[in-house]
Amino acid sequence: MTLLEQLPILVVVVPLFVAPLLAMVASRGRAPWLIATVTSAVTFLIAIGLTAQVLQTGTIYYELGNWPVPFGIGLAIGPFSALMVLIISGASLAALVAGAQSMDSEVGEQHQSLLYSCWLLALAGLIGITVTGDAFNVFVFMEISSLASYVMVANGPNRRALTASFTYLVTGTTGATFYLIGVGYLYMMTGTLNLADMADRLADVSDTLPVLIAGGFLILGLALKAALFPMHAWMPNAYQFAPTPVAVFFAACSTKVALFVMLRFDFVVLLPNLGDQAYFLSSLLIPLCVAAFLVGSAVAIFERDLKRMLGYSSVAQIGYIVLAISLVSSAGITAAVVHFFNHALMKAALFTAVAGIVLRFGSANLDQLAGLGRRMPLTMLGFVIAGLSLIGVPLTAGFISKWYLIQAVLEEPGLGILLTILILTSSLMAVVYIWKVVEVAYFKAPATGSLDDIKREEAPMPILVTLWVLVAANIWFGIDPELPLSLANMEAFDLMGGGR
Amino acid sequence: MMLETILGLFTLTMVAIVAIATIMSSNLFVASMWFGIFSLLMASNFFILDAADVALTEAAVGAGVSTVLFMGALALTAEKETIRMRTNWLPVAALVALSLVLFVATFEQPVLGDINAPVHQHVAPWYIEKTPEYINIPNIVTAILASFRGYDTLGEVLVIFTAGIGVLSVLSFKPKSKQSLSGEQLGQKVRGVQHHVILRVVGKLIIPILLLFGLLVQFHGKYSPGGGFSAGALFAAAVMLYGILEGADRSEAAMPQRIMLRLAALGATLYTGVGIACMLLGGHFLDYNVLWSNPVTGQYVGILLVEFGVGLTVTTVLVMIFNAIANRPTYQA
Repeated sequence: MTLLEQLPILVVVVPLFVAPLLAMVASRGRAPWLIATVTSAVTFLIAIGLTAQVLQTGTIYYELGNWPVPFGIGLAIGPFSALMVLIISGASLAALVAGAQSMDSEVGEQHQSLLYSCWLLALAGLIGITVTGDAFNVFVFMEISSLASYVMVANGPNRRALTASFTYLVTGTTGATFYLIGVGYLYMMTGTLNLADMADRLADVSDTLPVLIAGGFLILGLALKAALFPMHAWMPNAYQFAPTPVAVFFAACSTKVALFVMLRFDFVVLLPNLGDQAYFLSSLLIPLCVAAFLVGSAVAIFERDLKRMLGYSSVAQIGYIVLAISLVSSAGITAAVVHFFNHALMKAALFTAVAGIVLRFGSANLDQLAGLGRRMPLTMLGFVIAGLSLIGVPLTAGFISKWYLIQAVLEEPGLGILLTILILTSSLMAVVYIWKVVEVAYFKAPATGSLDDIKREEAPMPILVTLWVLVAANIWFGIDPELPLSLANMEAFDLMGGGR
Repeated sequence: MMLETILGLFTLTMVAIVAIATIMSSNLFVASMWFGIFSLLMASNFFILDAADVALTEAAVGAGVSTVLFMGALALTAEKETIRMRTNWLPVAALVALSLVLFVATFEQPVLGDINAPVHQHVAPWYIEKTPEYINIPNIVTAILASFRGYDTLGEVLVIFTAGIGVLSVLSFKPKSKQSLSGEQLGQKVRGVQHHVILRVVGKLIIPILLLFGLLVQFHGKYSPGGGFSAGALFAAAVMLYGILEGADRSEAAMPQRIMLRLAALGATLYTGVGIACMLLGGHFLDYNVLWSNPVTGQYVGILLVEFGVGLTVTTVLVMIFNAIANRPTYQA
């Protein structure tokens, strides 16, 4: 087989193979970081190759051990999977490039090789989930990525990282167990674990109690993992207490993977076979989503810690995404997929800026950030532009997201106008919390001395470069959203059976 | 048939009773003992259902290793549960609702052992029919785990590896301040049952038997129930027994954490490496057929190698976790 044909598995195997070796490397100097970064870069390159391939030929399949599906495990990389792989590996690379110095200041040297090993395991796990076409395989890779994530959060600089990690562990494990119960029931009723095969075979047993209950467990479990309101409590904590580079990585992609699986299950397996009940399940989610973006944004306004504030903002963004999924329409899927991509861009940028701020100020608490705009003008400018994207100002990626989301919502008879108003309200709240940061950064006088005394002290070069590349991407994809949009449209077409 | 039904009912009733007893007991030591009994009952139940592989693993891991780990964790914390004054009704309500839902699902699910159930009609017949032809080993479970669904098993090995380095990174680093215990004091503190002569003598007799049985389970897994996971748990149990009898400082001296970490990584690397070797030889990832001129021999070699990787990682990770937890008390004070 040619190298090109092996790409689908290589994107998982490369980090998976390097991770254990990295744990053996002596935890001294920059070597562990360098290995992790290079591996991440290679993975990112493979992801680009895969995306190009998918854009050309459509969904790619790969059979592990050359066993035919559904007897063996098959990978299936559709347009959305390719986009996810791109987001995950890109986020990992960006966070690593920007994060070396933050990691040094927050995590003891002796812990670093184990931590970076966990990083690669999380990377491989998250990618593994998105490329597989097998329901149980999703669970296995979910375990790898979750376990590695708990460890990374637990290694945070503050002792409260341990409790944050414990809450995350309990919630995450409950979510994974629910997912497993759901898959177990579906296996019981169909005798297969392959997603496509499962969808076919469910037709015979649709509308039976176990299948319905499986659907409930799957959605609930994945919602827990995705931190959908009101099951979000673990997330802002985890973001706040994890080492900052880890927060950059997670904020861009980790909960989205659970949403990805939810979308896959919802459209491939459940909707075609549960009939009205699946719509009922979706419509149950809509009020939760509305609550998510209203409450998430409202809480973000009152948070004083930047990382927590952004965490609650993510709760709101997850609300938008699930809302788009719950609409069960082509436009909804397009909106969700586009926002997956754009939200990753803006949150990665915002958290990268925060990483720089934490490095210079030693804190992400707003009360201590007076004079930020004077001390680190470039970092702060990046933060503001990414913040504008988060709000959804035209010419930024966020605007494209909101545009498609509102279009999708307006297709919904009856609810459309109301939902649009609510989305706009939530966006206005985003203006408030971003403005709050701007106010402190540019206008508030520091406790001692005046604004003019502050010396300029930018974030280190790697952070600045990463930040501005991400900011540029936010603007680029705000003007020319061709890449995420074409993948999103392909996916919507695939999932809705040709524009149903 | 009749006897099996009665035994099944008996073990399941006991499971329910033991589960309630576990929740009710506020003494955590007692609760972890109940947990051990729970696992043993589940293992018997799996055995009654003819799932010998699962039963073996459950007995070794659930009843053996995890009980020891619970005890090690209890040595670090208090033995008694903190009693809460107010009952929190939300989890209770959630659990009741969940049980009801699971109960309702049983109304329409296939009857246990029904030959027409979907699980027996779709992929299972293929495995039964094709295993002799493609892999030619009697234990189909091993064929599925190590070859047909070998990618999942690789994932599980990495899960275990992650757990190992997780425990290591959280527990196993000594604080920067000076070591406050001398070597001798340290030994005194962790050598729990050293003065019980009978326990030590009898206990040590069991160690070689455990190791021997572990070897059997590891290498005979193609013919009889077993394989790397259960074998690894058995090997680790032998080391833990040694640690309990002779002191955890000695089990760590015999099996230093750094070496355990390297071996664990090696096991995982071996598994992934076999997969990559298959790719280099022109096949798919984990396609053992290409490993040998004869595909069936190739499967045999591949399974042997990856099972060895599994056994190595499971053993070393469990030993690593045990040593990290059992030696933790000496880091403080």
